[in-house]
Parts: sequence; structure tokens; C-alpha cells
Amino acid sequence: MNVINEMHLRFLSKSTNEGFARSVISAFVLELDPTISELADIKTAVSEAVTNSIVHGYRRGSGMIYIDAKITDSRKVIIKIRDKGVGIADISQAMQPLFTTAPEEERAGLGFAVMQSFMDEVKVSSKPDKGTTVTLSKQIVALR
Amino acid sequence: MLNTDYKDDVLTVYLSGEIDHNRAAGIRTSIDSQINALRPKRLNLDFSSVSFMDSSGIGLIMGRYRSVGLVGGELSVVNVPDGINRIIELSGVSTLGVLK
Repeated sequence: MNVINEMHLRFLSKSTNEGFARSVISAFVLELDPTISELADIKTAVSEAVTNSIVHGYRRGSGMIYIDAKITDSRKVIIKIRDKGVGIADISQAMQPLFTTAPEEERAGLGFAVMQSFMDEVKVSSKPDKGTTVTLSKQIVALR
Repeated sequence: MLNTDYKDDVLTVYLSGEIDHNRAAGIRTSIDSQINALRPKRLNLDFSSVSFMDSSGIGLIMGRYRSVGLVGGELSVVNVPDGINRIIELSGVSTLGVLK
């Protein structure tokens, strides 16, 4: 598995950057000629992870969000979304559908469920007060 | 600004573009102020012009289910395009009986 392309992005945890992150990731994966549905899946999963960093990771203020993305020669897309925010105390609880710590903001508690359903693999690592890294990967089917 | 339509106690809100966390709060405030002013018997959320939606849109639907319920009205989610059907299905909002 060789990496054939990669990119690194760093932006402030402003909610206007959710759309920016989606646009960048769409443009990046376009070389694999994904279907509309594959592209929508990736955009949605990235939107969830970035929103989590903004709403939860940096809930006490603002900070930078880092996206590292790679494309492999086996048509796999690997996207790492990282923040240096408050971290997640209990990852398995955070990943349970409908669990949310921000109901007053009408967060549905579905972010991780969406990521897991729309991507092939979701890995989460986090340390309280150090930050959270979410790694999403998805195989893009071969050219039709 | 949201396109809306009100007649015969039915408030229809035409959502459009990308619904994410950034836009959800503004949409929520705008719809809720109309719900409280008009006290409709039904709120139709029309998704036909929505090009993207993440789980913020699900929070928006569930929240409006509650806010229109508080004034005695019912919610309908209408014209869901294929592109956002998957997240709607995954969310379980169909169990609220609002999908039309």
C-alpha cells in the first residue's frame, strides 16, 4: 500500500470552516473519481468530525484543527482530523448513538454513528486536556 | 433568510443549500420565532433544495418536532432528496412518523 497523494490542512475552529473543510476534502479525493454517494459519505463524515472538534474539543475557546489526508494506490482514502482541545473522557460512551453532552445546542448525538456508517473504518484516540484524533478511512470503488 | 409560506394554519419552510452546524442555529431561531408567532397546526419542512446535510440537520428536525409540538402542532418532513435520505434513515427520525 503506497501513498500516492497527501495533503495537510490547518484552520481555526470557526463553524464557517466546516464548509471549507468539506470543500477541501471533496477536491482532494476527486482524483479517484468517486461516485456522488461516496463523495457525500466522505463530506458528511468529515463534517461530523470537524464539528465535534469545534463544538466539543474547543468548547472552552478556540484553537486549530488539523486535517491530514492520504490517498493510496489501492484507492483508499485515509483522513485524520485532529484537535488540541479538551479531549474525550470516555470514548465508548461518546460513540454511543444519541449520547451527547450538548443537547441545548440540539446536537443529536449521532456524529460518530454517522462516521461509522458512512466510512469503512473509524478510529478515535483522545486524551483529556490534550485533544482528540479521529481517523476515517474508506475504499473508493474502482473506475467504472 | 428562509423562504416560508403560511396558509390554512400550515407553515411551510423551504430549506436550501447546505445544512451544517454553522447554519443550523440561524435556521432554528428563524423557524422557532415563526412557530411562536403563528402557532401553526402543521409545520412542513421542505428539503427539496437541500444539497448537503450532516447530523446538525437531524438535531434541527428533532428540535422542531418539539417546538411545534409545544404550540400543539405537528411536524412533517417533506421532499427529502436522495442525497440526504441516508442520514435521515440512519437517524431514526422516521420513528417519529414525520416523514411524508
